This record gives sequence, C-alpha cells and structure tokens, in this order.
Amino acid sequence: MTGAKAIVTALEREGVTTVFGYPGAAICPVYDCLADSPICHILVRQEQNAGHAAAAYGRISGRPGVCIATSGPGALNLLTALATAYMDSIPLVAITGQVSSDQLGKDVFQEADITGAAEPFTKYSFLVKSAQELPRVMKEAFYLASTGRQGPVLIDVPVDVQNQQVEFSYPESVMIRGYNPSTRPNLLQLRRVVEAIAAARRPVICAGGGVFSAGAREQMRQFAQRCRIPVVTTMMGIGLMPSDHPLYLGMLGSFGCSAANYAIRHSDLLILIGTRAGDRAMCQPGVVEKRTRVIHIDIDPAEIRKNMEANIPLVADARLVLEALVDECGPADTGMWLAELQQKQGDGAGYADREGFVNPHRVIAAITSRLEEDAIYVADVGLNQIWSARSARMQNGRFLTSGGMGTMGYALPAAMGARLASDAGQVVAVMGDGGFQMSMQELSTLCQHDIPIKMVVFCNDCLGMVRQIQREHYGERYEAVDLSGGPDFAALAQVYGIPAMTVSQNSEIDRAAEALLSARGSFLLQCRVSPDEPA
Amino acid sequence: MKHTISVLVENHAGVLSRITGLFSRRGFNIDSLAVGVTEDKSVSRMTIVVEGDSYTVEQMEKQLNKVVDVIKVRTIPQQELICRELMLIKCNATGRTRSELLDIAKIMGADIVDLTKTTMTLEICDTPDRLDLLEELLKAYNIQEVMRTGTIALQKGNAAISAR
Repeated sequence: MTGAKAIVTALEREGVTTVFGYPGAAICPVYDCLADSPICHILVRQEQNAGHAAAAYGRISGRPGVCIATSGPGALNLLTALATAYMDSIPLVAITGQVSSDQLGKDVFQEADITGAAEPFTKYSFLVKSAQELPRVMKEAFYLASTGRQGPVLIDVPVDVQNQQVEFSYPESVMIRGYNPSTRPNLLQLRRVVEAIAAARRPVICAGGGVFSAGAREQMRQFAQRCRIPVVTTMMGIGLMPSDHPLYLGMLGSFGCSAANYAIRHSDLLILIGTRAGDRAMCQPGVVEKRTRVIHIDIDPAEIRKNMEANIPLVADARLVLEALVDECGPADTGMWLAELQQKQGDGAGYADREGFVNPHRVIAAITSRLEEDAIYVADVGLNQIWSARSARMQNGRFLTSGGMGTMGYALPAAMGARLASDAGQVVAVMGDGGFQMSMQELSTLCQHDIPIKMVVFCNDCLGMVRQIQREHYGERYEAVDLSGGPDFAALAQVYGIPAMTVSQNSEIDRAAEALLSARGSFLLQCRVSPDEPA
Repeated sequence: MKHTISVLVENHAGVLSRITGLFSRRGFNIDSLAVGVTEDKSVSRMTIVVEGDSYTVEQMEKQLNKVVDVIKVRTIPQQELICRELMLIKCNATGRTRSELLDIAKIMGADIVDLTKTTMTLEICDTPDRLDLLEELLKAYNIQEVMRTGTIALQKGNAAISAR
C-alpha cells in the first residue's frame, strides 16, 4: 500500500473515528485515502481550530485526538494549538504534509520547517523520510502522546513519502530506550505519604488536571472522603469535585476563592496531586513551603521541585497512588480544621448587579444549575474564564479551558471536539466577544457537520481582562481595548441559521437559560455585561 | 560552580538541536558541548559543561531525561572526573620568538603542528585549565586563531554509562 494508506490504516488501528483538518496540496494523498475510510473528517475553517478541537476530543475521549494539515501555512497555523495542548498536557497527534523530500530545504512553495518550529511545543516530533518508517512512527506517536505525561506529537510526512509503497505491518508494541515513564509508586515514598497524612491535623489536597489525565477523578473523591481532607483545585482541576461537596473549597490562586487560598496558607500538610503548582495557582512559591510540609505526586519527575519545594516527592501515576491511599489511609483527625474552613467559605461571596447589564455570575449559575450532570462546560480565556471558574456549578461533567497557555479563541473549536467525543452530551461554550471573534468562523463548521453547541457570548465591547489591568496598573489609560465595531452576534448567528437571543437584564436570565438549553441544535446567547465588571 | 554532564543520546538527525534548544529555552548556559559516536554506533555521547547551582543542575538533568532521544544522563562528580580538551592555536613566530615558543611548547606538552616564516601552530590536549594557561602564555606572541573542541569526559574507576 502507499504511505498515505499506511497512515490512514494506522489511524483505524488506533481506533480513531474522527479527525479534524484542512487539506492542501502536500497532504492530498492522505485525504485521497480518507475518502475510502470510515473515519469521519471534520473540515474546520482554520487549522488552529482543528488543533483545539482534536485536543478537546482527546481530553474527553482519553485517547489522542487527531488533526491534519498541509505543509507550510497549514502546519504553522497548528502551532498555537500544539503549544496550548503541550502546556496543559493533552494527548494529541498532529499529521502534517510536507513538500517532497528532494525539495526539502530549498524554500519551495509552502515549505516550512514545522518539526523545527514545533520542537519546543511538542512531546516529540517525527520527520518521516521513508514510508517504511510509517507504521512504527504512527505506533510510537500514539504511544508517546498517551502515556507518561501526555502531550502533543507531530508527524511531518513529505508528499513523496505518502506516495511511496510500503508493506504494512503494524507493530504490536513499542520499544523506545530513552522513554520509560514510571507509573508505579515507590513503596517507601508511599509509606512516607501515608504516615504524613496520618500525622496531619490541617491537611489540604491541591488537585490539578493530571488527576483527569490519569482517569482518577473517582479515586480522588474516595480518597478525600475517606480521609476527610478538604480539597482545592487548580483551574485545570475544576470538576474533580462537585461544586457543592462539603469538602470542596473551590479553585485556588490569584483569581481563586478566598477559602481555598486560606486553606493553603494555614495548612500543615499540602498534598499536590497532578499539578505543577504553576504561577497562577501558587502565587507565593517559596513562602508556603516554609509553613507546611509538601507532598508532591506527579507523573513527571521534572515537575518535582521545579516550582515548589517538596518534602515528600512521589513520581507515579495519580490513579495508582490514589488507589493505594484509599486502601492504606484511614480517616484523619480533621474535625477542627474542617469546622474552621467551613466558616471561611462564602467569604467575599456575592457579585454586584449593574443596571442595564446582566450579572455574568448569575448567567453562569442559571445555565450550569440546569445542565445535565455530565455536561461539558468549555470556558474561553479572559474575564469569562475567571467568572466561569468561580461560578460554574459542576457535578460529574467536565470543565475544559486553556489553563496554561491562556489561548483566546479556544472555547468554540474545543466545544466542537468535546461534543464529538462525548456520547451526544450537552456542551456549553462560554466566551467573551474578544475570544469569540477569534474563532467565530467555525459557526459554519457547526452547521455543516450538525454539531450542536450551546454558545454564550459575554459582550462588553472591550477586552475586559486587559482593560482591568490598564484600570488597576496603568492609571486608567485605556489603549487598544475598545472592541466596538463588532456585529450583533445574535443576528450573526441567525444568518447561519442558528437561533439566538440577547439579554441585558438579570430578570431575563432564567428564560434565556431555558431557551439556550432547550434548543434542539446549536444556540447562541448574547449577554450584555458591563465593561467595568471585574474578574 | 561548573558541572560536567554526560548524556547518551540516539545517534540520529535533529537530536543535537533538541538538546541545544532545550538549554536555550530553559535559560541554561552551556560552557562547552562536545559530541561523538560511542562503541554502539546507534548511540552518541555528549559531554556538556555547565555553570549553575545545584537547583539548576537538577533541573537540567530532569529536563534532559524528558527528551525522548536521551537514553541516559549522568552528572560526573568533580573528584571522579577525567576530562580532556583539544586546542589548536596559531600565533606569530619569527626568528627571534620561535625558540621562546618552542620552550613554552615543551614545558606545556604541546606539539608544533605547522610552521611558516611568520607563524607557528601548536596543538595541545590537556585539561581545560591547562589549555587556558597555554593560551595565556601565548598572548604575548599575538594569537591569530584559537580553536577548542570542548571538554570530553569519562568517570574514573570502573563505573560506566551504558545505553543498555
């Protein structure tokens, strides 16, 4: 068979049923084979969105999402999505066409060194020089993307390699001598963790996206409940605990809940699980460790002591660790501590209403309290992300957002990918007018492929987060944050045949939430919010 | 403080740029880097000399280990270090200074590898600080060109790093 056929056959062998992409001359042989494959191809309107959609598909399905682009500009448009996935450790396989291998390095039409450009943002990248390598490369790519600390892998295939003949034999297993991620916890370290938990009086769990990556949400809940340890999450960890769970204190960090930050500051044992303790979550690394002992559980040894000191590091798969801890730990003596934290909860609650505008927190609460319990909530970046992180009511669904890279325009394409990976579940995409305008060309993708997404666009006619920074730190000198000139987004949606509605009064919120969620297909809810509404 | 890190890597295209890219984007400074193939032709060995505190070196080791093409990483303890570097150095040499240069070469254990009416080229293989010393001594003779290979190192005793 041809190299192109080998690529598509390998995708089928990996159980891939949906791919996201945008064709071009250098990837045409692969598209020609896709035509004969049962794999469903979603044609996006810009390659970056194929990357985001595939990444969200990967987050929900637990298997690497797949995106395809052509050489040069097509591949380069993927870069932001690759970097976004890399930062959040999301399994993703990107396949790009490349100019013919005899032309490589000659600056021919649509040539770009994509393996070089993507090197800092990928877990690994392959430039395939012969079709004979393709079965092994495809197998290794899926293995690398989905094991250890997950991440994006790029496969760049010159168009002549796609046309070469290859005898297809798909490897059963992978042997990469430089890649042996350790997943089993060291028993000595595990014992130290158990002892530290037993001795703690003021323990707190700080859980991140790594717990989702390990498929360990249930185990984490069991561990917290069994040991009666309060839980805070990073932004990537939102949804690990139900919002109304008595042990859950909310998100920590610079935009986090006061109770969550209080718990971190006043704990005697901080249990980090599947989190790198990034700067937005742990605002004062170096200070916290002086007051509390730190257990750091992570699959990536390089995260241990990178951002925070750790008294007890444990490099292992979060799921295996949590299963062991559920077995070995008993209830901790945390009664007084929980009572103290109980009093701190609700501190600073209540967000002011503003005349002539809706209160975004009320909108988010109204929508999320009506969602199915396993619904997927996708937040974009900016003020809407912070409002969502604070006010979205989570049960057993997922909260997807670009946590590490903070990539605007993530929500709409990610919602598409999430919806296609979910079993026809509810998917809500919440955006600001800035982020929406970075990916609103995908409205036609939703229509073409009949992907129902509940869109919420908070319109303040400005780049609210930057405006807030200029208000607070640059003496209210507003520069380049005015977004007026945009269309009425409800009217725009209707041009696409997507029903829509606009609200500017809090009294309209309940009716709007009902309309959004009861619509059979996609729906766009435009919400007028004040430009002064803070994060 | 200087640290010497030995790294075994897959011997294929692109690996060197992965390693150097990692160092530059993580803000690690390389003093010298030398690469060559090992007894196993599919494996190259790098000797990287870096300046940094223990936190930085720990981070370097961990980040190097994360690179899929990296097979083994070991920081060689200072007291266990066997290290050598090769230097070629060309300086002015006329009738008057030639014999002085010969004296220096003899004392330092350097060889004369090229000679013209006006220049002399010396070769020395020694520890990096001995190379520094020779360079310092030759400054008075108007150095024209210097080329150093970067440090290569092995660990003393029977300890060995293997790809297997």
